[in-house]
Amino acid sequence: MPFTRKDLLGIRELSVEEITTILDTAGSFKEVSARAIKKVPALRGKTVINLFFEASTRTRTSFEIAAKRLSADAVNISASTSSVTKGESLIDTAQNLQAMAPDAIVIRHPSPGVPHQLSKMVNASIINGGDGAHEHPTQALLDAFTIREHKGRINGLQVAIVGDIMHSRVARSNVHLLTKLGAHVRIAGPRTLLPVGYEGLIENSEGSLTVCEHIDGAIAGSDVVMMLRIQRERMTDAFFPSLKEYSIQYGLTLRRLALAAGDCIVMHPGPINRGIEISSEVVDSARSLILDQVTNGVAVRMAILFLLIGAEGS
Amino acid sequence: MKVLISGGRIIDPSQQIDQVSDLLIENGCVKSIGDALDGDGAEIFDANGLIVAPGFIDLHVHLREPGEEYKETIASGSAAAVAGGFTSICAMPNTSPVNDNASVTRFIIDKAREAGIARVYPVGAITRESKGEELAEMAEMKEAGAVAVSDDGRPVMNAQVMRHAMEYARDHGLVVVDHCQDLDLSAGGVVNEGRISTLLGLKGMCGAAEESHVSRDLMLAELTGVRVHIAHISTAGSVEMVRRAKRQGLAVSCEVTPHHLALTDAAVAGFDTNTKMSPPLRSEEDRSALIEGVRDGTIDAIATDHAPHHLDEKMFEYDRAPFGVVGLETALGVAVTVLQHSSGIPITRIIELLTIGPARLFSLPGGTLAKGASADVTVFDPDGEWTVDPKRFKSKSRNSPFAGWQLRGSIVATFVGGREVYRRTITPSA
Repeated sequence: MPFTRKDLLGIRELSVEEITTILDTAGSFKEVSARAIKKVPALRGKTVINLFFEASTRTRTSFEIAAKRLSADAVNISASTSSVTKGESLIDTAQNLQAMAPDAIVIRHPSPGVPHQLSKMVNASIINGGDGAHEHPTQALLDAFTIREHKGRINGLQVAIVGDIMHSRVARSNVHLLTKLGAHVRIAGPRTLLPVGYEGLIENSEGSLTVCEHIDGAIAGSDVVMMLRIQRERMTDAFFPSLKEYSIQYGLTLRRLALAAGDCIVMHPGPINRGIEISSEVVDSARSLILDQVTNGVAVRMAILFLLIGAEGS
Repeated sequence: MKVLISGGRIIDPSQQIDQVSDLLIENGCVKSIGDALDGDGAEIFDANGLIVAPGFIDLHVHLREPGEEYKETIASGSAAAVAGGFTSICAMPNTSPVNDNASVTRFIIDKAREAGIARVYPVGAITRESKGEELAEMAEMKEAGAVAVSDDGRPVMNAQVMRHAMEYARDHGLVVVDHCQDLDLSAGGVVNEGRISTLLGLKGMCGAAEESHVSRDLMLAELTGVRVHIAHISTAGSVEMVRRAKRQGLAVSCEVTPHHLALTDAAVAGFDTNTKMSPPLRSEEDRSALIEGVRDGTIDAIATDHAPHHLDEKMFEYDRAPFGVVGLETALGVAVTVLQHSSGIPITRIIELLTIGPARLFSLPGGTLAKGASADVTVFDPDGEWTVDPKRFKSKSRNSPFAGWQLRGSIVATFVGGREVYRRTITPSA
């Protein structure tokens, strides 16, 4: 089906058909990265600005490579080098970028909703590269792509998402996406990091969402286990006592993974804390698809750029 | 100097009046209410089909002067007040400098007199600079004209300081107004904690952050015997606590804002920063409890918490934008639309909450059309439909969550001391 959106702001507002279109398009772009000359002319003459207000290596690089493999011109702006530190407001930043006529702006920002606000201020397509604890749609799409690639389907799968649910935009976007496609998602983490009303996140989804009392209950019988990064500063905010205790209580070890289905796959949006939320043995095991996620990230972002700014004029 | 407001439906809850009559004003005071009054030599105001009520009183307004005149001034806020039918407004002390001493109190009163539009009653700070540490000079502020004390927006966290403030305020006959919010429990929060905050990834403020302070204040009110007024009550739990305290005979009162009566946190979903205020928009369950509180008398007043902010500031990221919305010019329309038309609360009760209800709480003159009272009068069209266009506001600021709303209930004219200070220029569509 044709993809008619101007922006990709979140998964929540996407239909199942739109999600499937993105995943299918990503499938056809994946092969480009395996070629000797990794470039197609699909977005020649288009400009993509990566506007990052938070540190990021993986996502920013992934978008940059995706744009370049489609022959678009990619420009990176990070907050430390931009005028934002000089006190320029969001609207002025937006208007200045607009004046340079980019076709797409990928934005990452610590405040939820900034991509939505920006989309009302500029004509360029806005791609949410992560907004606070709200959404990270391209991550969820690449996760779904990776799951589909390995399991052949998403419908009916049991997926555990474990860790700092409260601060995780990855968890939110994945919950929306996976349940829309019919997966049964189980959430677990310390109660301090489980926001209230999490069960109410999904509406009219084919799948289901369950908040588990304990991590083992979430992992038991799972087809997919997705671990989330835990940040050290959560400790000083009294969310949990120590990283040691966290890793014992909520970390994914081979022993804990044995509770999952025999062919369970393990995912992590990165960057990982080895030995804290996930043990090295798990990271380096054949079950781990963490690097496949990174590879697929490029294909999925190529698909998103192509669908948003490639259709018209080309 | 005589004004005859003829043929209107006069509603004055202070005297249980609800009748179609004439109202005669002479020398700035109410002369009489009756049929076919002698308008000889009087200026005639035809109020046929309109409601004639005592001038509205708002216990909770931020006028931003001194210090933030780019948001609002005492003059522009007063103009907004009378355009919304408010003839008396209470100015919260969180200006710059804070109204924590008699000279700031006098400055506000002088500026209001200079503007000569609405009656402005300053509310003094509870503590110096509203820092929650040392008591402000309450007695001197009262002498200068302050009508109550509050550290609105910067709640007194230290319970011992609050206890002393209450005891001291009691000595000087001042009502203690509290913005109930535990700043630790609500730290970093920008919206109500619930499904919406979880969905949007915005930090929530739980109801308990308000309720724990309401509970503390009720206990301290009992301990100290002071009159406590809970500002902008917003949760079902707070309403229930006030209801019980009143039943026990405690001298406690509370107010509710039009936006908490009309909106829930669902309005935040589009990240419009004009849905950001403190306390935040709550759940539908809370909103219903507020309406029940209005109906059963637990809630004593409608107060706008008019909080002007410049467009530049409201264009920030949601979590960085300032808290607060303007409310003076939409209060009646929202109250009539939501309370009367959607919830079946009689117009007489709504008028009570805007007039004698608040007047009694801060012992203000006004709120009545009793013979001899100052002729502060609000005339409105209860059925007048209009569309909220913030560009037309008299306020300097435009930060309304009701932009584009179709409201019923439109102010036609406002009189302060018998002098017409506002007259509607556009006729509503209906």
